[in-house]
Amino acid sequence: MSRLRPVTAEAPVESRAAAVEQLLDDKGMEATAFVDDFAAHADAHWVSRNGAGVVARAWVDPAYRARLLANGRDAVMELGLTMPPHHRQLVVLENTPSLHNVIVCTLCSCTAFTIIGLAPDWYKDLEYRARVVRQSRTVLREMGLDLPPGIDIKVWDTTADTRYMVLPVRPEGTEGLSEAELAALVTQDALIGVARL
Amino acid sequence: MDGMHDMGGREGFGPVRYTPGAPSFHAAWEKRVNALYSMAVRKGIFNMDEYRHAIERMRPYHYMSASYFERTLTSLATLLVEKGVLSQAELEAAAGGAFPLAGPAAPGRVNAPDRQPLAPGDRVRVRDEHVSCHVRMPGYIRGKTGVVVSISPLTPFPDAHAHGLHAEDEPTYDVAFDALELWPGAADPALVHVAVFESYLEKLG
Repeated sequence: MSRLRPVTAEAPVESRAAAVEQLLDDKGMEATAFVDDFAAHADAHWVSRNGAGVVARAWVDPAYRARLLANGRDAVMELGLTMPPHHRQLVVLENTPSLHNVIVCTLCSCTAFTIIGLAPDWYKDLEYRARVVRQSRTVLREMGLDLPPGIDIKVWDTTADTRYMVLPVRPEGTEGLSEAELAALVTQDALIGVARL
Repeated sequence: MDGMHDMGGREGFGPVRYTPGAPSFHAAWEKRVNALYSMAVRKGIFNMDEYRHAIERMRPYHYMSASYFERTLTSLATLLVEKGVLSQAELEAAAGGAFPLAGPAAPGRVNAPDRQPLAPGDRVRVRDEHVSCHVRMPGYIRGKTGVVVSISPLTPFPDAHAHGLHAEDEPTYDVAFDALELWPGAADPALVHVAVFESYLEKLG
């Protein structure tokens, strides 16, 4: 058993993360500067109010809604939003009174993060990834969305470079609201499909 | 690769730890690690398929017990070592302790020689294949039958792209599966849509 390595305590995860950043800096890659800029950009730009604005526009503008459903990537770019190169397509999933769409990535954590915001913790957890494809109605009920039997469910597993966003049903009683007021009603959870509005 | 990461349909897990409007990050190092791997991708040190596969190659007990961003960190460090940017000894010295990395990769593969273009409405079967390389076919659709709903743009073939092999870009197809055919008698009724690469599919008559 000459290949056994000496037992060394594992460094804490914070120390391991700091070690990578420090070593890349030492090699002249200016990692710390990149990280600071990246974090500020993510906080400012990769937020669910982007998707909320897309939904509100689709609710008030039928022509925009049609373009959004036909080619989501081009339609969100009309509003000044961006998607990374490997998000080659945005498919917008329209909920109706009798259909509910919900998004998952069973293999990892893929999301249209520049549109619907960075994925929340539970979306990346093993429980959600394992269960929502097989026990969709049960998991949604446990998460507070108790769908009546008349609403069918479609689950979308993000396994390639296509990204998804749910277009929620516009709530009743919102006829007089402005586009900005409508956008304020749209949550990230509704864009993923674990809530209805 | 039939690894731990292939979570869809696994049983025994408890409730989702859901809170409305939950955060993406819980600690400052998580956001920094997320940025570091993005930097490495932008600098061309590795691509997204290599990144995903290095997470999948984590030792099973490590994969299951690590937090999401610890998996990101492990993939990043593994690829930096494999690409010759850093050494594991440097990492362990700087971290002040052991720095576990992912296991080695099996060889990749190129496109299926007999793949064929498909169209919406086609009935398809997912090939009953077991490959030890990176693959974007969740195990729960292996050998199963579904219907093509739509076609997505050409995409690098992940089974090659994660392993430094050249292959042709492929369309992916959105295929709808009936949950009760995926897990007969043991699933909530639903349609499960999966984006499936052309090489993984065969057309049914």
